[in-house]
Amino acid sequence: MIEVQRVTKRYGPVAAVNDVSFRVEAGQILGFLGPNGAGKTTTMRVLTGYMPPTDGKAIIAGYDVFEQPIEAKRRTGYLPETPPLYPDMTVREYLFFVAQIKGIASGERVRRVEYAMGRTSVDHMQDRHCGKLSKGYRQRVGLAQAILHNPEVLILDEPTAGLDPKQIIETRELIKELAGDHTIILSTHILPEVAQTCERVVIISKGRVVAEDTPTNLTSRLRGSETIQLQVDSNGVDPKPVLQSIAGVAQVTVSEQGQDGRTVEIQVAEGVDIRRDVANTIVSNGWGLLEMKPMRLSLEDIFLQLTTEENEGAATNNDGATPVESEPEVQKTEQGSNHD
Amino acid sequence: MINIFSIAQKEIRSYFVSPIAYVVIGLFAVLYGYFYVASLTILVRFSAQVGMFGGGGPQAININEFMIRPLLSNSAIILLFFLPFLTARAYAEEKRSGTIELLLTSPLTDTEIILGKFLGAFTLFLAMLSVTTVHMGILFWYGEPELGPILSGYLGLILMGGSFISVGLLVSSTTRNQIVAGVVTFSILLLFWVLSWIADSVGPTTSAILSYLSILEHFDDFSKGVIDTAHVSYYLSFITFALFLTAKSVDTERWRG
Repeated sequence: MIEVQRVTKRYGPVAAVNDVSFRVEAGQILGFLGPNGAGKTTTMRVLTGYMPPTDGKAIIAGYDVFEQPIEAKRRTGYLPETPPLYPDMTVREYLFFVAQIKGIASGERVRRVEYAMGRTSVDHMQDRHCGKLSKGYRQRVGLAQAILHNPEVLILDEPTAGLDPKQIIETRELIKELAGDHTIILSTHILPEVAQTCERVVIISKGRVVAEDTPTNLTSRLRGSETIQLQVDSNGVDPKPVLQSIAGVAQVTVSEQGQDGRTVEIQVAEGVDIRRDVANTIVSNGWGLLEMKPMRLSLEDIFLQLTTEENEGAATNNDGATPVESEPEVQKTEQGSNHD
Repeated sequence: MINIFSIAQKEIRSYFVSPIAYVVIGLFAVLYGYFYVASLTILVRFSAQVGMFGGGGPQAININEFMIRPLLSNSAIILLFFLPFLTARAYAEEKRSGTIELLLTSPLTDTEIILGKFLGAFTLFLAMLSVTTVHMGILFWYGEPELGPILSGYLGLILMGGSFISVGLLVSSTTRNQIVAGVVTFSILLLFWVLSWIADSVGPTTSAILSYLSILEHFDDFSKGVIDTAHVSYYLSFITFALFLTAKSVDTERWRG
């Protein structure tokens, strides 16, 4: 339904999007994930025909966005990062104008406008000027505008940005409901959102796709290197050599003796469950096992891991790392100094 | 075609729901009214003088020549000041508020958007100009001006206004700042206006080119009652060229992102 083929977009020498390819099947919701400035908005703008790519192709419902822009645009609903509202129009006037330029037949307009307002629950605001709406309502009117002409494809750029928690939940529900009738791409930098709403995830960093999979697969793919965190009271003995000798243990990190024993982190080799062995070893040594918890990689860790790896690779030619990406590096160095 | 009207309608609506239309039309009416009264006073004094020196009475003075022609030239100057601020927002505001994304991702061609915007501003300009028909009506009520030169004068004004609007759209499409758009448009128009001033002091070829390009030179004949196709085609090609450049500018903007 949506196909992006090796799309590159350069602004002068800088490539905002570099050789990005992915596809979305009909009826799917694809989450487009990346730190700020990763190229999400640029990719979406290319897809909607707002700007042409420097290289590559975007195909919407079988129409090349640049060969047959009118046909492709007829089938696309787009909610940009800032909802494109005219402040001096009322919600109703605005939606009628959008209905006109989207080419909805004049007999259909009233019905479509009513439908879109009902779906996004803005009907009670229909006589309010767009300029006087709260952020949440602007976003909803933006969404109403996007679904107005019943497009096959919906492209939503950060649809929940700036909403309060209740509105975020409502918007996510709405998007999920819409997925049946529309193929949806939604971009976000909020990870739980992807886990909750999307069937597939494309993670983009520095203009390149670094991962593409389902949220569950992505989580399990990296679970191989699972970590177990222990709280051990080893009576003043260093438990490291003993724990290290257990089969399946890749690496052991032990902190100094504290009030509550030592904190031990065990990295486990891929696909082995060593929790019983660890517990037995500790007990048989006469130590106290105070706590044991597996530390699963959340989508967030995966995201940071992927975007950081990319960041390290590119670090030599680019110092301008965004805060989001530089954070894990800091954590790593802290951990490293703990080891020593 | 329907799309052009949708855009034009939207533009006109935004002029009228904001204070723009009222301020522009209202102040135009005030200024035009002042010019009208001033030229009427001059006309009355002049005709009294002529009558006193036995030139055949007040009727001998040609009201077209002494009142309507200067009045039309004066309103051309008011347009020079007003129209740049009417068109300044056309693209600049859409870009600033992000609504340009809606237009460019809707099934519309660039040409439809540009023509719609042109038509919108042009309609407001016609509404502005229609105020002056009242004053002209009064002249017809009390005097006997010739209709021909008035009509040709209006045609000239309309063509000239169209040129101003097209330049305004072009400039507006290059910036997201309305003030910049207004000032640059005004400067360009003023330059075109006075282009012929240095025509006397340069070589004959340059002089001919400068006079040809000057917006003012082409207007003169219209206010005299002459409709020369050369002048009509000058304005029409001026408008077409400026709108063509606007289309190019919108497209370039697209590539640059």
